[in-house]
Amino acid sequence: MTNHYIDFRNADVILNMGGNVAENHPVSFKWIQAAMDKGAIFIHVDPRFTRTSAKADIFVRLRPGTDIAFLGGMIKYILDNHLYDEFYVKNYTNAPFIVNPKFSFEDGLFSGYDPTKRAYDKSTWTFERDENGIPKKDMTLQDPRCVFQLLKKHYSRYTLQKVSEITGTPVADLERVYKAYASTGTPDKAGTVLYAMGWTQHTVGTQNVRAMAIVQDLLGNMGIAGGGINALRGESNVQGSTDQGLLFHIIPGYLPVPRAQWPTLADYNKTTPQTKDPRSVNWWRNRPKYIVSFLKSMFGDKATKENDFGYSWLPKLDPGQDASWLNLFDEMYKGTFSGFFAWGMNPACSSANAGKIRQALAKLDWMVNVNVFNSETAEFWKGPGMDPKKVKTEVFQLPCAAFLEKEGSISNSGRWMQWRYKAANPPGEARPDGDIMYELFKKVRALYEKEKGAFPEPILNLKWDYETNGHFDVHKVAKEINGYDLTTGKLVPNFVALKDDGTTSCGNWIYSASYTEAGNMAARRGKSDPTGLGLYPEWAWCWPLNRRIIYNRASVDLEGNPRNPKRPLLKWDPSAKKWIGDVPDNAVPPMGTDGAYPFIMKSDGVASIFGPGLADGPFPEHYEPLECPIEKNLLSNQRINPVIKIFEGGPDTFATCDPKYPFVCTTYRVTEHWQTGVLTRWLPWLIEAEPQVFCELSIELAKLRGIKNGDRVVVETPRGKIEAVAIVTSRLKPFNIAGQTVHLIGLPWHFGWLHPKDGGESANLLTPFIGDPNTMIPESKAFMANVRKLAQAPAKKSAKS
Amino acid sequence: MKITRRDFLKISGVTTAGTLLGGLGFDLKPIESYAQELRIKGAKETTTICCYCSVGCGIIVHTDPKGKVINAEGDPDHPISEGALCAKGAASYQIANNPNRLQKVRYRAPYSTQWKEVSWEWALDKIAANIKKSRDASFMEKNTQGQVVNRTNGIASVGSAALDNEECWLYQKFLRALGIVYIEHQARI
Repeated sequence: MTNHYIDFRNADVILNMGGNVAENHPVSFKWIQAAMDKGAIFIHVDPRFTRTSAKADIFVRLRPGTDIAFLGGMIKYILDNHLYDEFYVKNYTNAPFIVNPKFSFEDGLFSGYDPTKRAYDKSTWTFERDENGIPKKDMTLQDPRCVFQLLKKHYSRYTLQKVSEITGTPVADLERVYKAYASTGTPDKAGTVLYAMGWTQHTVGTQNVRAMAIVQDLLGNMGIAGGGINALRGESNVQGSTDQGLLFHIIPGYLPVPRAQWPTLADYNKTTPQTKDPRSVNWWRNRPKYIVSFLKSMFGDKATKENDFGYSWLPKLDPGQDASWLNLFDEMYKGTFSGFFAWGMNPACSSANAGKIRQALAKLDWMVNVNVFNSETAEFWKGPGMDPKKVKTEVFQLPCAAFLEKEGSISNSGRWMQWRYKAANPPGEARPDGDIMYELFKKVRALYEKEKGAFPEPILNLKWDYETNGHFDVHKVAKEINGYDLTTGKLVPNFVALKDDGTTSCGNWIYSASYTEAGNMAARRGKSDPTGLGLYPEWAWCWPLNRRIIYNRASVDLEGNPRNPKRPLLKWDPSAKKWIGDVPDNAVPPMGTDGAYPFIMKSDGVASIFGPGLADGPFPEHYEPLECPIEKNLLSNQRINPVIKIFEGGPDTFATCDPKYPFVCTTYRVTEHWQTGVLTRWLPWLIEAEPQVFCELSIELAKLRGIKNGDRVVVETPRGKIEAVAIVTSRLKPFNIAGQTVHLIGLPWHFGWLHPKDGGESANLLTPFIGDPNTMIPESKAFMANVRKLAQAPAKKSAKS
Repeated sequence: MKITRRDFLKISGVTTAGTLLGGLGFDLKPIESYAQELRIKGAKETTTICCYCSVGCGIIVHTDPKGKVINAEGDPDHPISEGALCAKGAASYQIANNPNRLQKVRYRAPYSTQWKEVSWEWALDKIAANIKKSRDASFMEKNTQGQVVNRTNGIASVGSAALDNEECWLYQKFLRALGIVYIEHQARI
């Protein structure tokens, strides 16, 4: 999130799209309610009517996978009716920038497409620059090659009629949403968007979010109280685990992972974003300080200037190599890995095409699974369709402490890092995860000390001294993450103190300032609220620098006065020459007084309406899901996203416009369960409330298929089939897609064969193994399926083909 | 008439509280809060944050003098949740008190049909030996283009958003020191 949960109350219009906030983030709804109590409009756009829809002022339906068409129509509506925030668009976005004359867009393809590689050469997706390297601009926004005019041209095709044909949303409903949301384009109004996996789990997931970012940029809703782009993330610390670099492509603090084309630290540092514009802060210019300080936190005294601070000890990916989830499991399926850790995860139920994952696990020599409860991953070898006598995989199941049995911090979606204390000992022999990994590494190191082995340097030189009285000490790691001044041995106050000469260490620069000489900031419980906006600057701590709303200098005018006097987030005090309010992003003076542009993480300093960094185009374009109910994309001849990687053969089969799989299917969560259910299916209260997998379908489809409420049904895709209890409901309705009736079905994905015995199987046995080209997040929210009444008596166990 | 809990005890005594209440005609609220207090009387309060979604609601956990979790409820001082919890957060007490919790290290040998309980020492020794064997066998110093990569191709990891920040950081350190590059978790799916 750019903003945070309590900030919802500062919005005038709240759009929840690609999510179901009332059921999946229930407690946060109080802040939506607080906004509504003050007159805010709450809009829900979703394929299904949910409890969120029930609370909404405006609820409209759209077909899964058509969000870009919906939002593209909104962009056109805002531009056609001049509802954008002109000051903001001109000064704080790249709308005035002049684009390379060779850039083009035609019939669904941007310039530079190579069909053999299924990839773009992005060399024309650039700006024209003057002799000083600064982008050329037309502040009148009239130049036909400026971003603003290209945007207008791009979305001119997204007419109400066309959007309605694609999304299935009636024109009048589109207009209601567009009108209400676009009303926030004035400085005194704030509009916010809350999204979740309903946007990300698509082959156009990143561009779904980008489309909304463009809307927010046009309306001046970024960097203000009650605005922003707000991902309601699914797990209590998925923000933190991302921040800490538990992904193939980033090391802690969003630094790029080292690659083979950067063999030395100097080569790596050449990736540092540059700007020639003196008015752009370009905060990423500090990358060399952060990577050296990170290396010092990894290798301590062993990291020296002479050995490039141990940079060569970090593993390197090949140029262009993508080691993300789908590729990881595809490699596992091919037998690439002998060993595997599933630490606090249940991929046998959580991954798209879970049947493929279960087969892949059988190709391993060994697997370590750490969890609080038993799972389908730990016991995959005796799951449906498996013969344990034929499964070679050696499995270690390690019992770990639950959240209330250990101490440490987690970061919520609003980037609040909050400290948790230990309430009780874990049961039996269960241990905190930190203790397990700490002890395990010591054993690995001892083996390398004794027996030598391949490239032992990173193992032998790793700084691994996080214990007190022989036990793992979480505070020592928290301090390592914050960083030290190595010349004094003191904790650094924040990342501004970090250096690139090896005199500072810092495990994760964005968390620097979280644990200082003043103490553990995440543990704070102060309740002061000096701005009255609910920022609570003394409650816990928030990255970066305790700044509660990112890009907050976009909330002021060129002189530093709040553009919305009703909700002033920041104000420049010219006499004291300092900002009052939230922690400024960052402390430079206002733009009109020798200051700098507000978007400090962008090298050009402004928000990107034209976004050349993505794999699939600088403007979001509608493409159909990989599996879809219509033969042709109504906007172009590119039916699907032209740059997605398609896995073929074996368990990877797909069906589009196949009469065997005629219905659009989507997956979702319920309030009483969480993810694959490992932490909820074993809890008596929760499993009693939601005991088994169900399939929702409309009254119309039920009639068509002779299915009654409560019947057992089979839901089937080319990947697998599961049994479910039918819920026939008016919450789902058929869509009218270009004159054709398209039916929708939906299932929750919390279940699995292990427990409870009659609870049913994972809906991920149905989902396709295909990802977004930027993030490789699987398309679990829009695929094709069949549903039919189960002919025979209900089986005890759910079937898997 | 305002009756404090202390006054009430003097009047009624605990055991007859229910019957006396109606007769005396005062508000039920003190009784309810008193009953609540009985359950957690003498308990230690520990603050934590919910383990489920990403809202970050505050929870107060009550443990009895023997260290057993006896209650978990919303933290009224928490600025986001203000004492509220959803169905999952309110049930989180059942994570601590649950006969299905994993309490032993278990090992499943190749081609075996069952688990075997083993000691931590045995399991960690064997996992460490497996790591070394897989790493040494699959370690790649240079790729096919001759570029230095120093990575372990034969081991992958997924997890975890269920770990604390400090554990996540420590885990990435552990994995990267081993040369592992297939590092993924819930954020990707």
